[in-house]
Amino acid sequence: MATEESGGLVFHPMDQFVVKPLFGDGPVYWYTPTNVTLWMFLSVLAISLLLVVGTRGRAIVPNRVQSIAELAYGFVYKMVEDVAGKDGVRYFPYIMTLFMFIVFSNFLGLLPMSFTTTSHVAVTAILAMAVFLTVTILGFVLNGVGFLNIFWIRQAPLILRPILALIEIISYFVRPVSHSVRLAGNMMAGHAVIKVFAAFAAILAISPFAIVAITAMYALEVLVSFIQAYVFAILTCVYLKDALHPHH
Amino acid sequence: MATETDTHGETAGHAADAVQGAADTAHGAADAAHGAADAAHGAAESVGMPQLDFSTFPNQIFWLVVTLVVIYLILTKVALPRIASVLSERQGTITNDIAAAEELKLKALEAEDAYNQALADARAEAHKIVAEAKADIQADLDVAIGKADAEIAAKAAESEAAIGEIRAGALDSVRTVAKDVAKDVIAAMGGKADAKTVNAAVTAQMKG
Repeated sequence: MATEESGGLVFHPMDQFVVKPLFGDGPVYWYTPTNVTLWMFLSVLAISLLLVVGTRGRAIVPNRVQSIAELAYGFVYKMVEDVAGKDGVRYFPYIMTLFMFIVFSNFLGLLPMSFTTTSHVAVTAILAMAVFLTVTILGFVLNGVGFLNIFWIRQAPLILRPILALIEIISYFVRPVSHSVRLAGNMMAGHAVIKVFAAFAAILAISPFAIVAITAMYALEVLVSFIQAYVFAILTCVYLKDALHPHH
Repeated sequence: MATETDTHGETAGHAADAVQGAADTAHGAADAAHGAADAAHGAAESVGMPQLDFSTFPNQIFWLVVTLVVIYLILTKVALPRIASVLSERQGTITNDIAAAEELKLKALEAEDAYNQALADARAEAHKIVAEAKADIQADLDVAIGKADAEIAAKAAESEAAIGEIRAGALDSVRTVAKDVAKDVIAAMGGKADAKTVNAAVTAQMKG
């Protein structure tokens, strides 16, 4: 066992991901308020503070919080408009919801002693599946059978088209997997690495190195937290574009 | 690794592999993931990795759906319309301000034009007044000159008349003297001539 092998060091890097009930120590039913509930609620609270409380002044000349809220709005709006096109703007609230939830979950997860909801495949898989199903259903509703055009690449020579179609179909169905595992994997690995370095900090000889490493990892994680939320949102826009305009 | 996971059964092996895969793709921190997977064995007795503890999935999914619905409602009902209205209001204000500035600029140009126009008018007016004054003076001058000319002419005519009179007077005197002289000459010559004939002869001579 790792705990014994590392000579008295206590490695529990995965403990931070354990889902446990908030009250008591019973089993986790679907309705049990757990640390998942708490941290999801905190992300809702943070989003409300930024986007609702922060903008309550409705100032023409915004204060700092309102500026950030407007910046977030403009950032996501522009992303949807640029990537999914003008008619993709209708789905802007949906993408804004995903982006805000992920970005706040990621950042709240960086607080010491916190729980990162987006580090769980269960959460990211639901997010990715929701995007996948929405996009697929939307594609068929808007374009009918014409949605299958995304698998049939007309620019390619005729002989290559069936092979490309096969590759396209496989990649289409891998989308939700890569979409979800990318986010969960990034969040989990970074947090676990920080925890491992934190355990090393207990050894006097290497603790300065460990602390520097934790700091560096933390900075990287701040970056990764934002980038992963951005990547998730922009990929959603890209998939949405496929549903809206299946002709390449 | 392998022997360890075997003792923990299939789920745990699965877990360790998944941790490793995820960590590799995400960060390339394979060592850390090794440590993580190992530690997970020690930490949680029943599960290798909390992420793959399927018993917590319904819980997470339920609360996730609740959270997403709540966020979606907050965004669509309150936050997004409000931010959109603030942004469009600001855009409107900026547009209005620019329009107002444009209008003021036009007004300034207009005022400048009016000023220039007034200046030109004033200049023209001044020119006109000067010309009028000049014309008036010229007219007065002409009248004065005319009057002076007339006066001069009158004076000249008067003088001419006086001279004519004097000349006529002188001519008459000459005639009288000539007649007298002629009579005297005739008388001295012993001639006899009546006055009438001498006068007529002298007059005829003088005309000739």
